[in-house]
Amino acid sequence: MRVASGQGFWGDWQEAPKLQVRRGPIDYLMLDYLAEITMSILEKQRERDPAAGYARDFVDMVLDLAPDLVSRGIRVVSNAGGVNPDACRDALVQRLADVDTGRPLRIATVRGDDLMSRLDEVLAAGHELRNMETGEPLSTVRERVTAANAYMGAGPILEALRQEADVVVTGRSTDTALTYAPLIHEFGWEADDWNRIAAGVVAGHINECGAQACGGNTLFRWREVDLVEPGYPIIEASADGSFVVTKHPSLGGRVNWASVTEQLVYEMGDPTEYITPDCVADFSTIRLEDLGGDRVRVTGVEGRPRPELLKVSIAYRGGYKATGMLTYSYPDAYEKAVAADRVLRGRLDRLGLEFDEIRTEYVGAGACHGPLAGSPDPSVPEVELRISVRGEERDRVKRFTRELAPLILAGPPTVTGFAAGRPRVHEVMAYWPALIEREVVESVVRVEVTEA
Amino acid sequence: MKVPLWRVAFARSGDKGDTANVGLIAFTESLYPVLAELVTADKVKQHFKGICRGSVDRYELPNLCALNFLLHESLGGGGTVSLMLDAQGKTFSAALLRMEVDVAEELVREADEVSGWSERLE
Repeated sequence: MRVASGQGFWGDWQEAPKLQVRRGPIDYLMLDYLAEITMSILEKQRERDPAAGYARDFVDMVLDLAPDLVSRGIRVVSNAGGVNPDACRDALVQRLADVDTGRPLRIATVRGDDLMSRLDEVLAAGHELRNMETGEPLSTVRERVTAANAYMGAGPILEALRQEADVVVTGRSTDTALTYAPLIHEFGWEADDWNRIAAGVVAGHINECGAQACGGNTLFRWREVDLVEPGYPIIEASADGSFVVTKHPSLGGRVNWASVTEQLVYEMGDPTEYITPDCVADFSTIRLEDLGGDRVRVTGVEGRPRPELLKVSIAYRGGYKATGMLTYSYPDAYEKAVAADRVLRGRLDRLGLEFDEIRTEYVGAGACHGPLAGSPDPSVPEVELRISVRGEERDRVKRFTRELAPLILAGPPTVTGFAAGRPRVHEVMAYWPALIEREVVESVVRVEVTEA
Repeated sequence: MKVPLWRVAFARSGDKGDTANVGLIAFTESLYPVLAELVTADKVKQHFKGICRGSVDRYELPNLCALNFLLHESLGGGGTVSLMLDAQGKTFSAALLRMEVDVAEELVREADEVSGWSERLE
């Protein structure tokens, strides 16, 4: 049973899914498109166009791969549906009409995660959706909410697979479920087989960030990894819950104890409490064995019963921001950039422009590590001044963006790097994590299969 | 001998809202207990002075020879609210590895073999 990872986020390498399908045997291809803020971006797109709001890249991908999926018997599980899985399905159905796949593809959509369309009803029923970090009820920002989605678990994906779907398109499914739902389906694990499901969660965590488990973004002997055409992770799973992490041998990248460990600790909270809708996995029970040849065995994973509540990811409008950049050259690059920052802030003061935050960073002189980088080297060839503001009023932020270019002629010397023009103003989407009773979500989950 | 942490360990970092996480992984099994003793939550909080405004939590993963640190209030509000260049804490791993630690020379030599540092010195 081989579950391959093909995308770690929306915007990931487009060749990866094709290579996963064509360079060796796999049974399932999982494609993760959704980060915490992606839903609000998609919600904005849907506001403008009712037929938008999903990952369009995914449709092109499936179209390209459709004949291979049929001939090789590979099923796709993805959260590419975003806030509009039906529109994603419609686009697939329409465009697959022109592709000869030998037999119709069965496309399943999963709905029910979207709470936005019934948010007031949910709040009125007494679900306060308090912020998990601050404890405040959602009513304090209700008017500014742009997206609200519950994290669904394996349930609806399992239903789609039972109905023999070739392609499963969900909205806000928990990322790891895209990997462990196929395992539960294939091996027939019971819903309370916490240890095996937890093993599936660990497999899902390894798969969900694409090449990051295969030597991408690695600090371990990074010079030695060929990343031109990296393999993405493949989980070779067994019915007992143990699995091997590997990649196609003909591709680059590297799978070893270090690459897998790095991915296991990525975005980790309390490792003994990795919460998903289907179980709580304990990462302190994982045993790794580096088998060599780009194979790492994972055993021993233990889990505990699933939580009573589901997580809800909410986005709300949080004002506006803009970032401007100018590059100052040697000599005294850092000193010039500091002088430019002083001039710019002085002008903002005289204009009476106040912001919630103004932040200045000096790229090339400690922008990443701040005080840890030590004092800037006076002989540094160039320094980029990066100045950002954030505030409630769009007009003020817009006014700030007009104050960058004047520094070229009316500022410190030897400055360049303004070819791209005035900075763009972006709307800030703030994140509001909350919890909700499972029943509120599970009672409306719907799985629908269409042939295309 | 006094060495930067990167001689004896590697790391990966990421974000959860305004909290950065840094997973620190020892190059060898014998280094893990040494690092667990030396790299405390307090020491990390002190190291990230001026960057981490909140508390630091530490979790131990002896099974992976790793320590996981949560650095609260470190990402300028986190997500799209943040104005930081590194709003997702992607480079916090390398920042932690700047820390100086005092480790027995023999253990450092063993780590150099695993990390490839000894080959690079040749």
